[in-house]
Amino acid sequence: MELSVIEEAAEGGCSSSGCGSTDDQMTHLPDNIREKVQNHPCYSEEAHHYFARMHVAVAPACNIQCHYCNRKYDCANESRPGVVSELLSPEQAVKKVKAVAANIPQMTVLGIAGPGDPLANPERTFDTFRMLSEQTPDIKLCVSTNGLALPDAVEELSKHNIDHVTITINTLDPEIGAKIYPWIYWNGRRIRGVKGAKILIEQQQKGLEMLTAKGILVKVNSVMIPGVNEDHLKEVSRVVKAKGAFLHNVMPLIAEAEHGTFYGVMGQRSPEDSELQALQDECSGDMNMMRHCRQCRADAVGLLGEDRGEEFTLDKIEEMEIDYEAAMEKRAVIHEGIIESLNEKHAQKAAAAETTLVTPDKTYRPVLMAVATSGGGLINQHFGHATEFLVYEASANGVRFIGHRKVDQYCIGNDTCGEKESALAGSIRSLKGCEAVLCSKIGFEPWGLLEEAGIQPNGEYAMEPIEEAVLGVYNEMIEAGLLDEKSDDSQMISA
Amino acid sequence: MAVEIVDACVNCFACIDVCPSSAIDEGKSHMLVNAKKCTECEGDFADPQCASICPIETAILDSSGLAINPPGSLTGIPPEKMNAAIMEIKAR
Ligand code: SF4
Ligand code: SF4
Repeated sequence: MELSVIEEAAEGGCSSSGCGSTDDQMTHLPDNIREKVQNHPCYSEEAHHYFARMHVAVAPACNIQCHYCNRKYDCANESRPGVVSELLSPEQAVKKVKAVAANIPQMTVLGIAGPGDPLANPERTFDTFRMLSEQTPDIKLCVSTNGLALPDAVEELSKHNIDHVTITINTLDPEIGAKIYPWIYWNGRRIRGVKGAKILIEQQQKGLEMLTAKGILVKVNSVMIPGVNEDHLKEVSRVVKAKGAFLHNVMPLIAEAEHGTFYGVMGQRSPEDSELQALQDECSGDMNMMRHCRQCRADAVGLLGEDRGEEFTLDKIEEMEIDYEAAMEKRAVIHEGIIESLNEKHAQKAAAAETTLVTPDKTYRPVLMAVATSGGGLINQHFGHATEFLVYEASANGVRFIGHRKVDQYCIGNDTCGEKESALAGSIRSLKGCEAVLCSKIGFEPWGLLEEAGIQPNGEYAMEPIEEAVLGVYNEMIEAGLLDEKSDDSQMISA
Repeated sequence: MAVEIVDACVNCFACIDVCPSSAIDEGKSHMLVNAKKCTECEGDFADPQCASICPIETAILDSSGLAINPPGSLTGIPPEKMNAAIMEIKAR
């Protein structure tokens, strides 16, 4: 399967959330690429607050097996890649795209990511792309793949003007590959172990080279699997960058016994947030990294981190009358408005940057803070409504986006769905390592529990821009003397 | 001489795409093999193609009714381990 990890993205330096932040992702990109990705929620950390993406599940077949995937599951509460509720024909997919684009004008990107491997379903995938490039020319197309069938698809991909391709590359070493991929289907045979992994790796690398030679943007996804490939991923980062990939996204393994995957059942652990962050930091030294990836389902709809797929099920879109011409006009106006206000924001921030930053005369340790937001780049969500938190690091260098923490753990099957009482404990656990949490409002009970856990809740910055608020809290912490001394017993990268 | 697809099938379409004899169709709840058309791939491939790409153990049976991909053969999860995990989850 192709593990539909779909798109996620990176963020920008000054182009992203402003010059008050130190983004390591898009600052390195040439202008032409930056322009291409500025309204792509998966490639731009800033854009993902404003623009939406959707995936259509038209590609059920897969040509490899990965140890983190189980082809059997379809639980509506599951949000892993590779999982979908409703398979669509290419015609149905086009209809759905139009319906979503008309109703969620912020939708700019359509991805095909599964639930199998899009390129192992060439007819269904390319029929969909062909119709969309004709009928919805204002929507960007992208595709993600495990790479096995990629070299054969490059020609066709370049015809449809698909400018973003995501390849999941977990290793360059067939020995490691054999621990991740038990088999591939290749030239009419099921090929197992090192031999199969070697073919897969060769195809991935060849496909990557062919795409970049054609000027098609390539993002590389890697799944961090502790004890299997985590040390090796730095090498992967170096190599794919040398071959022209413009972003590298290191994602944590998701493995629970309940998922029925090899890793889940065999007790392979997932990385800690701090381990993931440390690896992302190490890789970012030589690569544009993406930290806001949400590992979407293959049929996700909406802003990153939200899924409005339920509003657009087949029977519902069947009843919608869509005038796409009219929708396109409306969409263009809205997109222009968003870009304009973003540009304004950047200008304001650039001007304000020097004044807001209390330049510390000595260097204080960096602090992680969590933010509850429902989009727009603002602190505008109630603590109790957050299904995920964005984590930012404040330091003498400014504010940078680190990643997101999901609150709801994955549903573990019908028997356990709907268990609610531990949700608060789950939220607090997901905030490990953070010293403050910024939200628009928060209840009395969670306030106390957060304080007990050493996390300071803060509702003072409701409706304010995230980076400025984080910086504000950091400065307050400095002024209050909280960062003096060897308060190093705090957390940072210890977990 | 024909293989059979049974209800473990998850309708991923992979087998339909690779069958050289167009012997597989969508059934009501899962894929079905047309026994008149299925050649077990003889003359075209060394192995039955459907069973070479199918990701689901026990979904495809050979002509004697045995699973071509028995439990544990595709995922690498030993069946005892899988059963133990299922029991444990049920007990929660
Ligand atoms: S064994 Fe071969 S001919 Fe028969 S259904 Fe499978 S792929 Fe088709
Ligand atoms: S490949 Fe296997 S699971 Fe997929 S449709 Fe065919 S029989 Fe069903």
